[in-house]
Amino acid sequence: MALEGKVALVTGASRGIGRAIAKSLAMQGATVIGTATTEEGASTISHYFAKWGLPGDGIVMNVNDAQAVEDGIKQITSAHGAPQILVNNAGITRDNLMLRMKDSEWDEVIGTNLTSVYRTTKAVLKGMTKARWGRIVSISSVVADMGNAGQANYAAAKAGMEGLTRSLAREIASRGITVNCVAPGFIDTDMTRKLDDAQRDAMLKGIPAQRLGEPEEIADVVAFLASPAAGYITGETIHVNGGMYMG
Amino acid sequence: MSTVEERVKKIVCEQLGVKESEVQNTSSFVEDLGADSLDTVELVMALEEEFETEIPDEEAEKLATVQDAIDYIVAHT
Repeated sequence: MALEGKVALVTGASRGIGRAIAKSLAMQGATVIGTATTEEGASTISHYFAKWGLPGDGIVMNVNDAQAVEDGIKQITSAHGAPQILVNNAGITRDNLMLRMKDSEWDEVIGTNLTSVYRTTKAVLKGMTKARWGRIVSISSVVADMGNAGQANYAAAKAGMEGLTRSLAREIASRGITVNCVAPGFIDTDMTRKLDDAQRDAMLKGIPAQRLGEPEEIADVVAFLASPAAGYITGETIHVNGGMYMG
Repeated sequence: MSTVEERVKKIVCEQLGVKESEVQNTSSFVEDLGADSLDTVELVMALEEEFETEIPDEEAEKLATVQDAIDYIVAHT
């Protein structure tokens, strides 16, 4: 299998897109460590790996806490080896119109969706550099490129993630490490289920495929980017959105 | 047991992909041995590991030659 012997770290893996990514990497042979912010989330992850009969485990790691990230990576490294695949998936929304947005809503989204990417990536980079092989895939959003009313904080964080990706890709390409983003459109997850019917219908009108995407359709692209087959793709953002946005 | 000098030179060879004969005490990592900025960061990481020490960023920036690295290690381990 393509990822046999690799340790993969997937942040925010208890449900939705993160869970699907964890599964697809494990199906390719990687040992996958999924993170959650609570004990309950971590045990959800451990249980689904057991159910699937795939190699993987869940741990508690708040990506918004520098010490927790450092400790988490150390823990994974001593138990399984240094992660050679990192998927920055953990993310939150705190939607509000700019005129009403609170500093806390801005700070939380930038912290969890952008600063966490800096922190987690930095923590695994040393191991990847030594191994002369690594894959970093961050889950962005179509909103980074299109913008979306009510999501100035979220769009800023995701666009920041894409800029970080391009810069790091240039820094580290010579060490066999690729750095890319996958930008989902409207995917059927808890995050999009929060929308009401009117919002949903309006969204669907803008999607040529006339349906929501499935988490697995994101996970398949992440698994490809993590595989040896994608070794010459770096600094790229791959859009997966049913034609909603074509650049 | 190898001397600090021998161990430092061995790491320099491994990290920068140069032959032992090319590495003099006066050799500059960047000017003589062809290191780029990322190479020098990796070199410091490798020295930290070999000598089980932590080299602060502001000290690491001052290590320009093989002798600088040897002197630092001798003084701090």
